[in-house]
Amino acid sequence: MSDFINSGWALYVAGITIAGLLFCVFILMVASKRKVMANDNTTGHIWDEDLKELNNPLPRWWMWLFIITVVFAAAYLTFYPGLGTNPGTFKWTSTGQWEAEQAKAHTAMAPVYAKFTAMSAADLAKDPAAMGIGERLFINNCAQCHGSDAHGSKGFPNLTDSDWLGGSGPEYIAKTVTGGRMGVMPPMAAAVGSGEDVQNVANYVLSLSGSPHNSLAAQLGKPKFAACAACHGPDGKGNQALGAPNLTDKVWLHGWGEAAVMAMVNNGKTNVMPAFEKRLSAEQIHVLAAYVWNLSQTTAVAAK
Amino acid sequence: MSESTGTPASAATLSNPAMPDAQGLVGDDAAVAVVSLYQKQKKIYARAVSGLFATWRWSLVWFTQLLFYGLPWLEWNNRQAVLFDLGARRFYIGPLVLYPQDFIFLTGILIISAYALFLFTAVAGRLWCGYACPQTVYTEMFMWVENRIEGDRTARMKLDAGPWNLNKLWRKSAKQLAWIVMGLWTGFTFVGYFTPIKALAAAAVGLGFGPWEWFWVLFYGFATYGNAGFMREQVCKYMCPYARFQSAMFDKDTLIISYDTERGEPRGSRSRKADPAKLGLGSCIDCGLCVQVCPTGIDIRKGLQYECIGCAACIDVCDGVMDKMNYPKGLIRYDTQNGLAQHLTPSQRLARIFRPRVLVYTAILGLIVLAFFIALAMRHPFKVDVVRDRASLARLVDDGQIENIYRLQIMNATEQAQRYQVTVQGLPGITLGAVPEMALAPAEARWVTLGVRVPPESAQQAGPGAHAIQFEIGLLSTDVRGQTTASAAVSEKSTFVVPR
Repeated sequence: MSDFINSGWALYVAGITIAGLLFCVFILMVASKRKVMANDNTTGHIWDEDLKELNNPLPRWWMWLFIITVVFAAAYLTFYPGLGTNPGTFKWTSTGQWEAEQAKAHTAMAPVYAKFTAMSAADLAKDPAAMGIGERLFINNCAQCHGSDAHGSKGFPNLTDSDWLGGSGPEYIAKTVTGGRMGVMPPMAAAVGSGEDVQNVANYVLSLSGSPHNSLAAQLGKPKFAACAACHGPDGKGNQALGAPNLTDKVWLHGWGEAAVMAMVNNGKTNVMPAFEKRLSAEQIHVLAAYVWNLSQTTAVAAK
Repeated sequence: MSESTGTPASAATLSNPAMPDAQGLVGDDAAVAVVSLYQKQKKIYARAVSGLFATWRWSLVWFTQLLFYGLPWLEWNNRQAVLFDLGARRFYIGPLVLYPQDFIFLTGILIISAYALFLFTAVAGRLWCGYACPQTVYTEMFMWVENRIEGDRTARMKLDAGPWNLNKLWRKSAKQLAWIVMGLWTGFTFVGYFTPIKALAAAAVGLGFGPWEWFWVLFYGFATYGNAGFMREQVCKYMCPYARFQSAMFDKDTLIISYDTERGEPRGSRSRKADPAKLGLGSCIDCGLCVQVCPTGIDIRKGLQYECIGCAACIDVCDGVMDKMNYPKGLIRYDTQNGLAQHLTPSQRLARIFRPRVLVYTAILGLIVLAFFIALAMRHPFKVDVVRDRASLARLVDDGQIENIYRLQIMNATEQAQRYQVTVQGLPGITLGAVPEMALAPAEARWVTLGVRVPPESAQQAGPGAHAIQFEIGLLSTDVRGQTTASAAVSEKSTFVVPR
């Protein structure tokens, strides 16, 4: 609050609040007695010739309800933050309550996760409860980039196939989720040669997977592929240790076709998977990794 | 509160029961006194009454309370017949499994209740207040207990005025104990609509309720105890909003509890053998019983008053007196303002019931009831929500096809397992990707992720942008010969995005 207004306003609002409470009590006292005409129990006012106001008193218990609200307000403002910048004697804050609820939830979930941590990914994949938790973790944390069906899209890998860039298996997935991952393809135009050489090498790359290509250009590009082979291997099958993708399959993470391949060779690309270790606990990542690993298995069990 | 003296009701009310006590009038001016605007309420000691209308009220007490206390104990399909499971968000009512999405039916019930109230009020005044309102019903039950333990009106007044002795102590304690038990049982039953009541009963033995169960058992129990034991008529007079707007539904042909002034006045006591005509008296013997039985403490002989809840206790007691005097019954009776003024016969009064106001209320009520039941009968056995994947708008897949991702939430609104098939239409060549098996357990709701694909030619033809598509979700059923057929299709709209 103090970021926007100076503390004088807090005093101003607190003053109005207290004055308002006192005013309520004052009005109640002043208005509690009324003169009535004793003979007919009216207030003595007559409007429109014959309209009289009857004295029809409020029950006294109702007045006590009113006083209770004033007392409640005073107690509330003492215990809880509400009066200007006064934090209240309970020192309650919304952050504090959130933290307490988080701690409670963690305590409640601890035995569940303890059981899961002791299980292997293959066992977790057979546990519908674990897969249900995994699915919710995925939808809340991963689906924003990889899609709710985990098929990814351009720049965001498909997690349901068997094409893994930097390793495989649940341990690799857990490591990637925990620490993140940075995939780097350096700009290779200078190493490959002229613009025409880049085009030829792109056609050669497309020929590796049997994609439509210019076979003459591919023939010319084959020797130039030596520059790429350092990472992608002489046969273009990639190298997981270096994070170099397999170029002989039909997975085109950064776009398909001559233009897309040429753009990668010319410009390179740095692709980042962020680290989730601050958002998710190690136990959660263990379950999540098992869920993601299970997506690419043919024996996938439906989440419940 | 101000009241116009223009109506016959308030003309009679001017010397009303709210008149301050005589000792409050000591002042310098004989005509003007200063009184507190917050008045201590006088306790009303209503005399017990029996008769035709009391029997009606007791019938309704039994009917409504057997329903309220008994319903949670009934079983249906091995579950509680009526259970509002707030945690799982499923509302079981007999054969129905309702989701929060079905709240329109609750709205329907509320509208039907409101129109029924309008209709009954237009015909016969505060029928609801006098016979079926929980405030009346629980007050009736609590007063019955009070009557058993402390005795009738005079005995209770004597007991309250008397000193605290052993007799007073045990009677008061026994009454409080009985009231508290009734309140707690009511609170327990109320919670039993939201928590399975048998488990709740088991928990009650060891006082093992959860915190919210404790709160609601005690709160609802306390509200029952306080309202029916102590607040009583003050709820009707000062709290109930319905009492305030009812007058809008009254007219001069509405049946109200009426004192026949013409026949009754001048009132006065007389011997049973005396001929009132000779004494110059009306039928009213001024015994005051109609005032003693009134649960709101008014004198019906002053005319229609806003405090009157239409319980007809004064009719019952006065009819008994008329019988004893060998006078015809009905000095106080259900009659209309026009009926009294124009001396209408019962059949003439009956004919006036079919007036435009009543007919319109009836027609509207009938239509709403009809619509409600048709909607309930046509309710689908399952529900579907289609949600576009918010992360990836569209993606290019094999052979240049364009894929969009959708999440379908399928909700089984029955207690049988269900299987479904999904089809999609809206663009040429549109197909579904891999469709996971869609089988739901009874009353289960589940999210299913689906890919929808459109071939490149079709996408090009449609052009970039969002295009309307529809999902058709059919319920699969297998007949005796093992043939699978789809029935009860639900159509859900969504959009398909073709990127630039």
